[in-house]
Amino acid sequence: MGTNVSGIHGGRLAPADYEKNFSDLHPPLDHHEALVAADRCYFCYDAPCMTACPTSIDIPMFIRQISTGNPIGSAKTIFDQNILGGVCARVCPTETLCEQVCVRNTAEERPVEIGRLQRYATDTAMEQNIQFYQRAERTGSRIAVVGAGPAGLACAHRLAMNGHDVIIFDARVKPGGLNEYGIATYKSTDDFAQREVDYLLSIGGIEIRNGQKLGRDFTLGELTENFDAVFLGMGLAGVNALKTEGEQLSGVEDAVDFIAALRQVENKADIAIGRRVVVIGGGMTAIDAAVQSKLLGAEEVTICYRRGKEHMNASEYEQDLATSKGVMIRHWLQPKRVIGKDGKVAGIEVEYTAMQDGRLVGTGETGILAADQIFKAIGQTFDPTGVGNLRLEAGRIAIDAEGRTSMARVWAGGDCVKAGEDLTVTSVAQGRDAADSINRALAAAANPAVAVA
Amino acid sequence: MADLRNNFVGIKSPNPFWLASAPPTDKAYNVERAFKAGWGGVVWKTLGEEGPPVVNVNGPRYGAIWGADRRLLGLNNIELITDRPLQVNLQEMKQVKMNWPDRALIASIMVPCEEASWKAILPLVEETGADGIELNFGCPHGMSERGMGSAVGQVPEYIEMVVRWCKQYTRMPVITKLTPNITDVRKPARAAKAGGTDAVSLINTINSIVSVDLDSFAPQPTVGGKGSHGGYCGPAVKPIALNMVAEIARDPETYGLPISGIGGVTTWRDAAEFMTLGAGNVQVCTAAMTYGFKIVEEMITGLSDWMDAKGHRTLEDITGRAVPNVTDWQYLNLNYIAKAHIDQDACIKCGRCHIACEDTSHQAITSMVDGVRHFEVMEDECVGCNLCVNVCPVDNCITMVGLEAGVVDQRTGKPVDPNYANWTTHPNNPMARQAAE
Ligand SMILES: Cc1cc2nc3c(=O)[nH]c(=O)nc-3n(C[C@H](O)[C@H](O)[C@H](O)COP(=O)(O)OP(=O)(O)OC[C@H]3O[C@@H](n4cnc5c(N)ncnc54)[C@H](O)[C@@H]3O)c2cc1C
Ligand SMILES: Cc1cc2nc3c(=O)[nH]c(=O)nc-3n(C[C@H](O)[C@H](O)[C@H](O)COP(=O)(O)O)c2cc1C
Ligand code: SF4
Ligand code: SF4
Ligand code: SF4
Repeated sequence: MGTNVSGIHGGRLAPADYEKNFSDLHPPLDHHEALVAADRCYFCYDAPCMTACPTSIDIPMFIRQISTGNPIGSAKTIFDQNILGGVCARVCPTETLCEQVCVRNTAEERPVEIGRLQRYATDTAMEQNIQFYQRAERTGSRIAVVGAGPAGLACAHRLAMNGHDVIIFDARVKPGGLNEYGIATYKSTDDFAQREVDYLLSIGGIEIRNGQKLGRDFTLGELTENFDAVFLGMGLAGVNALKTEGEQLSGVEDAVDFIAALRQVENKADIAIGRRVVVIGGGMTAIDAAVQSKLLGAEEVTICYRRGKEHMNASEYEQDLATSKGVMIRHWLQPKRVIGKDGKVAGIEVEYTAMQDGRLVGTGETGILAADQIFKAIGQTFDPTGVGNLRLEAGRIAIDAEGRTSMARVWAGGDCVKAGEDLTVTSVAQGRDAADSINRALAAAANPAVAVA
Repeated sequence: MADLRNNFVGIKSPNPFWLASAPPTDKAYNVERAFKAGWGGVVWKTLGEEGPPVVNVNGPRYGAIWGADRRLLGLNNIELITDRPLQVNLQEMKQVKMNWPDRALIASIMVPCEEASWKAILPLVEETGADGIELNFGCPHGMSERGMGSAVGQVPEYIEMVVRWCKQYTRMPVITKLTPNITDVRKPARAAKAGGTDAVSLINTINSIVSVDLDSFAPQPTVGGKGSHGGYCGPAVKPIALNMVAEIARDPETYGLPISGIGGVTTWRDAAEFMTLGAGNVQVCTAAMTYGFKIVEEMITGLSDWMDAKGHRTLEDITGRAVPNVTDWQYLNLNYIAKAHIDQDACIKCGRCHIACEDTSHQAITSMVDGVRHFEVMEDECVGCNLCVNVCPVDNCITMVGLEAGVVDQRTGKPVDPNYANWTTHPNNPMARQAAE
């Protein structure tokens, strides 16, 4: 049986509860459910959902294919635009993307379940291991991709399709980026990230080298020297610090590390969690850390966010999910000092905040929240080690509309660039589009006359 | 409370909802349940000659088409007439009629096209106390291959002949059930009238192949690898049935001949439509086979509530009311001009009206106005065809608005002519020109 002693401990729950808590948040649609859900789509003209999808999947078409009994064709419609359509179906905040603008909302406040339908189609094709793409004739061009997250994988796949040879370098031991190390456990279960990487690699022409870190094991200069083009999809390797007293106390942790450990561990009971947990932040990471703390058996989980509900980066849906799991979300509170006892966290002093003349200020009024564990989820940052003198913008790599960086033959996309939202699907779109740009550039270099025409 | 009591050629029933001759009326067990549920009458499953009964296939008898969410829209069957011995049916009919004296019980009959056969069966049926008979000239499969059913219904002379025999050998009212598998339904109706029928009922099922199994390449329902055409019924056939009923109702030769309306009746509204087009009552099969007998409650309350709301007291108040408004195309008023109008508050911006009009009609609906997704009818292009109304997923969102006389039609630039004018006098009509010359 579980335990509710104070401090930070594993095994707070009975084994069966872990299983239940970390199973699929949205179970897959079965065949009948998929047909019923698909029937609701109106096959809109110039469909708003399609416009809202960062990868512009032809949503009305793939749904129509499901309803006509062609889930395989449907999967191809999805993968044509988004080769990571499988993970996107699971993790996209559809409530702020395609489903938010679905015209069904207007009359019924209930959109077509685009995400779940997308999962139905992609699962069907992936379960049968149906491969839709073949490599074009080999071009002989070699391209280096740094980072095997959504951006890097999408870029590599598109490049391989066009006949180029791709080598992906990734610092971590497994590919997938945050699909593997970041996404909440209950959004992507059963080792989906690795299965998806395998599915995608089946096209051939892509080699992944794990444990290879740019800035430590090789330099950008070496890459540009040895490859015809380089794509950087390194995500955000750094995290913001609280910069308050007591941050170094045992029990103060980065939310992303906690989430990564939770995803990797074999037995969830091995993850130690506080009886009282405070999460600092207001984004998706804060929500995921808080919800999963609760699912691990924390008795009391509080999110402290320094602005109002409407300013939170986490969608309304995510916030509701957190509160439904028993997480308390408190607004207009900023951390002031972590309070320790015997070198361990005992609580956190927070200060009320307010907007004054358009600026956020502390009001001076403070209070103390008891806590055994504090997760910092106040934003990830781009770690520029190894990118040399690439031009940055607001701390991330600057790119143009095609994904080109300030350096010739170097492209970038995903979270590490200053463009678009930090989402899996946005990263896929940017990786894919950069690949197209690289392809055009290589074709132009190989055949300048055509390029002029 | 509206009075729903029905008197159809002297046959009385508490409401105008009868079950058509089909599986729901195949035996006492079903019919008892139907009467308990509230059905006004039944036409017993078609009886055949004395002797060994027909046999049905032992594989699937039905096929279907579906709409969204697998709602059944059309049913197809290859069932024959009753496969139970005549005597069993007659005994049960007699008992049921005794149990339910206030309900209508009609015997449907199909025997070979010989006088002796009809002469033989009629007294047996009469003895049951049945209120009337219905001649099944409609069954389009199986029985027709044996020279019965629609094989008779497709030859007006045979219809007239058989009806005449029946009128001669029984005192019971005769209802002649017509097949829709014919070019002009007025011909068999006229023949039935000439033979002295008391009423016609229509439609029976329509020849159909409902689907093909794309693995076995066989029509469905598939029986041992083969399929045969079947009879189509259910909501999908209603428009065909309504037209046929209206054709008979407004034909000067059959005008006033009582009609029992059949084909796709699923709700009170369908029933009301049949009745306004001239049906004295309706018969239902597929809707009951899809949802069970309870649906009659909705039909009764729906019809009654609508009649109350509109101030119609009896069924006579509504029967045939739409018949005078059914006309030929050539008499439609060409000076009537309507334009589509989109209710912007109801519009959900799916764009279906736009793409339908843009790709297939008159390019009269915007998709974007000032850079914003916006669907609005351009009256200078709209021909008032009604396509957009039909494709819009939101009820009442697009409506057709008739232009008042004198208002300028922006498409033609001409004011709306207040006078009625039809094709027969139109200058583009060569016939009209000839007449004028
Ligand atoms: C906790 C959390 C939850 C999230 N939940 C969602 C969600 O539900 N839905 C959603 O759409 N988005 C979510 N996101 C955001 C989403 O995961 C990211 O936007 C997306 O993964 C970015 O993809 P990427 O390829 O740019 O980077 P990443 O996925 O971060 O991948 C970058 C890869 O580069 C590697 N790398 C980094 N530095 C180097 C280096 N120097 N040398 C070599 N390799 C390097 C890393 O090991 C990693 O594999 C979440 C993010 C977090 C942190
Ligand atoms: C399975 C089945 C069997 C039928 N058998 C008969 C029959 O024996 N005699 C008959 O006159 N009509 C028969 N019909 C036709 C129905 O009585 C009715 O005319 C037709 O189904 C149209 O009405 P609906 O749309 O309400 O079903 C049958 C229909 C079905 C579906
Ligand atoms: S907006 Fe909704 S109804 Fe329209 S195509 Fe997209 S999913 Fe279908
Ligand atoms: S009524 Fe016809 S022409 Fe007019 S807008 Fe609608 S579809 Fe177009
Ligand atoms: S079809 Fe109807 S709901 Fe859709 S855009 Fe047109 S008017 Fe609006």
